[in-house]
Amino acid sequence: MKNTHQVWVWIEHHKDVINVGSLGLLGKARELAQQLGGGNVAAVLAGTDSPQITEELFSYGADDIYLADDKSISLFDSESCAGFVAGLAREHKPEIMLWGATSLGKEIAARAAVKLDTGLTAHCIALDIVEIDNVTQLAASVSGWGGNAIIRIICPQKRPQMATVKAGIFPPARFEKRQGGIIRVKAAQSPARIEVIEVITAPERADAPEQAEVVVAGGWGMSSLGGLEQAAELAKLLGGSLGGTRPSVDAGWISHDKMIGQSGVSISPRLLITLGVSGAAQFTSTVQSSKFIMAIDKNPDAPIFEMADLGIIGDLPEILPRLIEKIKAVKDKK
Amino acid sequence: MPGDIAVCIKQVPHPDCLAKLSLDAARGTVNREGVPAVINPVDRNAVEASLRLREKLRNRVIALTMGPPAARKALEDALAMGADYAVHLCDRAFAGADTLATARALAGGIRSTGGIALIICGNTTIDSGTGQVAAQLAEMLDFPCVTDIEEIMPEDGASLLVKRAWEQGDIRVRVRLPAVLAVNAKINQPRLPNVLDIMAARQKEIKEWCAADAKVEAGCVGLAGSPTQFWQAGEFHARRQGEILRGSPDEMVAAAVDKLKKLELI
Ligand SMILES: Cc1cc2nc3c(=O)[nH]c(=O)nc-3n(C[C@H](O)[C@H](O)[C@H](O)COP(=O)(O)OP(=O)(O)OC[C@H]3O[C@@H](n4cnc5c(N)ncnc54)[C@H](O)[C@@H]3O)c2cc1C
Ligand SMILES: Cc1cc2nc3c(=O)[nH]c(=O)nc-3n(C[C@H](O)[C@H](O)[C@H](O)COP(=O)(O)OP(=O)(O)OC[C@H]3O[C@@H](n4cnc5c(N)ncnc54)[C@H](O)[C@@H]3O)c2cc1C
Repeated sequence: MKNTHQVWVWIEHHKDVINVGSLGLLGKARELAQQLGGGNVAAVLAGTDSPQITEELFSYGADDIYLADDKSISLFDSESCAGFVAGLAREHKPEIMLWGATSLGKEIAARAAVKLDTGLTAHCIALDIVEIDNVTQLAASVSGWGGNAIIRIICPQKRPQMATVKAGIFPPARFEKRQGGIIRVKAAQSPARIEVIEVITAPERADAPEQAEVVVAGGWGMSSLGGLEQAAELAKLLGGSLGGTRPSVDAGWISHDKMIGQSGVSISPRLLITLGVSGAAQFTSTVQSSKFIMAIDKNPDAPIFEMADLGIIGDLPEILPRLIEKIKAVKDKK
Repeated sequence: MPGDIAVCIKQVPHPDCLAKLSLDAARGTVNREGVPAVINPVDRNAVEASLRLREKLRNRVIALTMGPPAARKALEDALAMGADYAVHLCDRAFAGADTLATARALAGGIRSTGGIALIICGNTTIDSGTGQVAAQLAEMLDFPCVTDIEEIMPEDGASLLVKRAWEQGDIRVRVRLPAVLAVNAKINQPRLPNVLDIMAARQKEIKEWCAADAKVEAGCVGLAGSPTQFWQAGEFHARRQGEILRGSPDEMVAAAVDKLKKLELI
């Protein structure tokens, strides 16, 4: 293999479908490799050797694929997966490793970081190559507290530099096919201390914000209307799904699985309408893939307006009932 | 189950005060001055889960935290809920830890406590929320780990059955002990201690350990032992060429609906 900077991406998949977050990371890895002055992007894959998956990895940006030879390694077994990745990294010394910030991916990444004695930055919303003290390195941005504050974290001494990223932060992009190679690597299962008894795939929920074409997101500003009833009405009217911010979940207005953001789901609807959402980075970073964003908030300085395609500055009790009326009228005409 | 349960709890700023936190840009640490602190909410679920297992398994529950002197309050709360005794890892050397250095300190605390068969953590904290500590702690102790747990059922003394959540549903897993589990808020409703519980807790022991007591090298924990470092503060901008509407509520709503219609969004 070429002796250049290596940027690796851990690939999460289930039932022959690659997680969109992993695909997006391959594209980001290409960018980072380029900024490092030329490098190689490798996908690290275990638990499958489906040609459909490997083909797809090449077309979304992988130069090479490291493939665990033992197909029976399960992605649900974080010990075996971490052992496989760490062994590989010790040998090939990648500069950077990226992981989807998923329930299982985080577990594998966290264990691998200990094995490799290196830093792991969680829930990154931006990744850049910077030069600090003459060292070219990764600056990983994470959300801070309040508004759009972020914190940039580095890992100056240890390698690989590792980061987890939620799906939706870097949307997948297709690249010209590369002359990629599949490198089969010996992988050993760890002693089975965990036994998967049953994997229960939840039926797709019609009202899941992450699947919806239209999402209405209610924030703490909806307390001016006593909760999310009118937000739900608007969502229903538009044939969309209702989601919300953390304060909406904490208030008991919606269930946790409808929370949008770093600790909840990423969304990419055609239309997102936010109601009384201030636009904290933990929220906005995961809605960037929305095609069109309309924001309603009474505070003209709310960061949400920066990322809105259309903004209404106003008091929700005055705006929302009128909006519902008007849209009803449009729908009735059709 | 042969062995005790350690429950890891972190003291965090009160959820309503998170937006008031600021970073000390020079040191990359958090200014918590004047911000009331509480047990990380889901760590109370972790304490509750430990207590319920104790009822079945008749072992002891030990509350463990790494934090500044004020974090003692979090341990007192856990003792009032019913934990048997507590260990407070408290040393200047622990300050400024990233998750790796945090897990190292906790692993030292667990080893020095001895006889621990099960460690229960919260899935994630509300202040920095990396959700990495439980798995890193498990790796350091060479234990298996399951995160995002919504149900725990004891089996024989050697294993537990758990239900964990993930993005696409649930997974039922059997995990051999000793192990680390991280629970989410769905697992239970944490009990509220009454006055008697609080009084009884005053009789319980809180061991205060420095790095040497936990048998960890000062250079491996805290800021010195952290591979990640704060570099700088910034702002997140996802700028779009947005149009901000002006006028009366009726005018703005009419203009908005026109635009959505024109773009065939409604
Ligand atoms: C904004 C911000 C972002 C950060 N990002 C990163 C990052 O990306 N990578 C990194 O390595 N560090 C990061 N840190 C440092 C990190 O917050 C500390 O290491 C912290 O001590 C533990 O991380 P956590 O709160 O995210 O724990 P989590 O992993 O979210 O905590 C899970 C569980 O572990 C247990 N636990 C955690 N901390 C303790 C403790 N002190 N005592 C007892 N039990 C505990 C609790 O049961 C808790 O519920 C960040 C800090 C800030 C302020
Ligand atoms: C580790 C961590 C993880 C987090 N994860 C998430 C996450 O996954 N998802 C998430 O959402 N948050 C998350 N947060 C919280 C996040 O930082 C913000 O606090 C939260 O997104 C704010 O929600 P909000 O916009 O509803 O509330 P606020 O920030 O309180 O905003 C309310 C808005 O409503 C407006 N408003 C009030 N009254 C009216 C009215 N009458 N008419 C019109 N507008 C009005 C206000 O001007 C304001 O802009 C996380 C935080 C941390 C530290």
